[in-house]
Amino acid sequence: MSLLNSLINGISLGSVYAIIALGYTMVYGIAKMLNFAHGDVIMVGAYICFFATQNFGLHPIVGALLAMVVCTVLGITIERLAYKPLRQAPSLAVLITAIGVSYFLQNSALLLWKSDPKVFPQFFAFPNANGELQESFSLFGGELTITYVAVFTVLMCVVIMVALTLFTSKTKMGKAMRACSEDKAAAQLMGIDVNFTISMTFAIGSALAAVAGLLLCSSYRTLMPTTGSLPGIKAFTAAVFGGIGSIPGAFLGGILLGVIEIFAKVLNTNISDAVVFAVLIVVLLVKPTGLLGKTIREKV
Amino acid sequence: MKQLSPSRKKLANNAVTYGIVVAAYLIIQVLNAGGMVSPSIQGQLVPICAYITMAISLNLVVGFSGELSLGHAGFMSVGAFSGVVVSLSLQEAIPSGPVRLAVAMLVGAVLAGLAGFIVGVPVLRLQGDYLAIVTLAFGEIIKNIINILYVGIDETGLRFSITNEAALGLAAGGRAILKGPMGVTTNVKLSSFTAGFILVLIALTVVLNLVNSRAGRAVMALRDNRIAAESVGIQVTKYKLMAFVTSAVLAGAAGALYAMNYSSLAAKKFDFNTSILVLVFVVLGGLGNIRGSIVAAAFLTVLPEFLRKLNLDQYRMLVYAIVLILVMLATNNETSRIFFASLRSKFLGLFKRKGGAR
Repeated sequence: MSLLNSLINGISLGSVYAIIALGYTMVYGIAKMLNFAHGDVIMVGAYICFFATQNFGLHPIVGALLAMVVCTVLGITIERLAYKPLRQAPSLAVLITAIGVSYFLQNSALLLWKSDPKVFPQFFAFPNANGELQESFSLFGGELTITYVAVFTVLMCVVIMVALTLFTSKTKMGKAMRACSEDKAAAQLMGIDVNFTISMTFAIGSALAAVAGLLLCSSYRTLMPTTGSLPGIKAFTAAVFGGIGSIPGAFLGGILLGVIEIFAKVLNTNISDAVVFAVLIVVLLVKPTGLLGKTIREKV
Repeated sequence: MKQLSPSRKKLANNAVTYGIVVAAYLIIQVLNAGGMVSPSIQGQLVPICAYITMAISLNLVVGFSGELSLGHAGFMSVGAFSGVVVSLSLQEAIPSGPVRLAVAMLVGAVLAGLAGFIVGVPVLRLQGDYLAIVTLAFGEIIKNIINILYVGIDETGLRFSITNEAALGLAAGGRAILKGPMGVTTNVKLSSFTAGFILVLIALTVVLNLVNSRAGRAVMALRDNRIAAESVGIQVTKYKLMAFVTSAVLAGAAGALYAMNYSSLAAKKFDFNTSILVLVFVVLGGLGNIRGSIVAAAFLTVLPEFLRKLNLDQYRMLVYAIVLILVMLATNNETSRIFFASLRSKFLGLFKRKGGAR
């Protein structure tokens, strides 16, 4: 049963990674850049939601929507100010800029909201038969406990995945995104506004980051300015694992990585991060395009 | 003015770099003898030397080899902890402090070089963003491993464990040196400013000579156009690995120097933030500009002390982040580059006209 419990925890954590990985994978697919600051957008989203609900007493759903709006604006602003001027620059320069943005967000958060960890409120608690608020429910006569947040996280992840798949395959905007990721110059000739499309991609990715921040902090309950950085890097690992640029790949990679991390944690808490990164290295060396990625041939 | 040939120019340029380092050392020694260096700066002298060495070595990878390494602190960490273990276990065998420091730095450098080789072989098969993220991953893995590693010594030799101190099974009279997350505790500070100065000089000599050699030109050719370089018979892995391992060796020596300056040290110190800090030195000093790295590392290591006095220390990292972004935008954006180029040509034009009139 503890095995099953770990598996459920792993899938729940993996769903959060999958949602974050979507942001990475969409931006990478279209702008061909590693948005290092994505993890810190998660942290900003979580803080916004925290203050909206705790200090202003807003309903959690309003708080979540507010966080999504703020992160969307933040994502577009970052893209316009820091990344857009570097469209033609070498990838090394873009990556260093992205690291700079990540540091900027972390240190702004440190100044604005201080370094002491905040206890994130539990939104996912429902009354049981006796009317007491419960964070989890039991199955098989109490042998298996599942938290509500875990169930909600997995559901949310599946909904987002289906919605995004439909969005990219059916809508005009989605087609424009796919066209831009294939060939920017050709897309522009066909009358697609490439800059607007890239901004939209950042907007969607950042809104998802806000959702991911909320779910991550609901599971782990602590919020600090550095909360987003490690999950961000792990989610990138997940995106690479599944094949960067691929939406189902992000889902698959996220879930697998979450499960691997939880099982590694069961074996030894201190080395779970090392195991996750070892997975990344092995994947990149054995199959650099990931599980579901396309092979890109190098051209002269 | 007579035109210098390119090689002469390079020689003169390098001589200036050496000159700056030697002059800075002499000036600080003289000021120190006169008691004009404040204790807070005095405490920073060894870290400055360590960071200068780190910046020079990272510049070799990022600037000359063109690969973004985000795990440089990992090699520093390997050098630091192996250096401390060596120094503490040879306490009886080598009573002389400076000799023990030299041995420790040498062992730290060799082990970090070994780690660089192990990491470099797989990493250098990748390119671009993937390479960067994998170096980051290796840096984190090294940190994690040292965090759970216990090393002790007794009369039978060194003992290792990854569970806890008791599992070392030390005989009577033995002692634990590296205690997992607690790190190491040294009782004597072996590092000195002079040792740091010598290390900086060695790093400078190694890197400048490598860069100006046949191998260095091969490394830069691979950076500028990998496919073209490969097609004229330059071996990618060999030269990339050469730069990477050299960089790791120097980082290891810097780590050992750094560690021996503190009475206690934990693996947490050498995390991703330290890697980024060194990257900031390199980027601000200019990619591929060794002199810039030295000045940036020295300046930015002393800066927090001044900011602390002005009570602005909390804004330091924020300012670093903004400066990092602005430097990248200014040097890589088409519009701003054209602007700076025109400014430069105007400035030079002014200079030439003056020279012509004379």
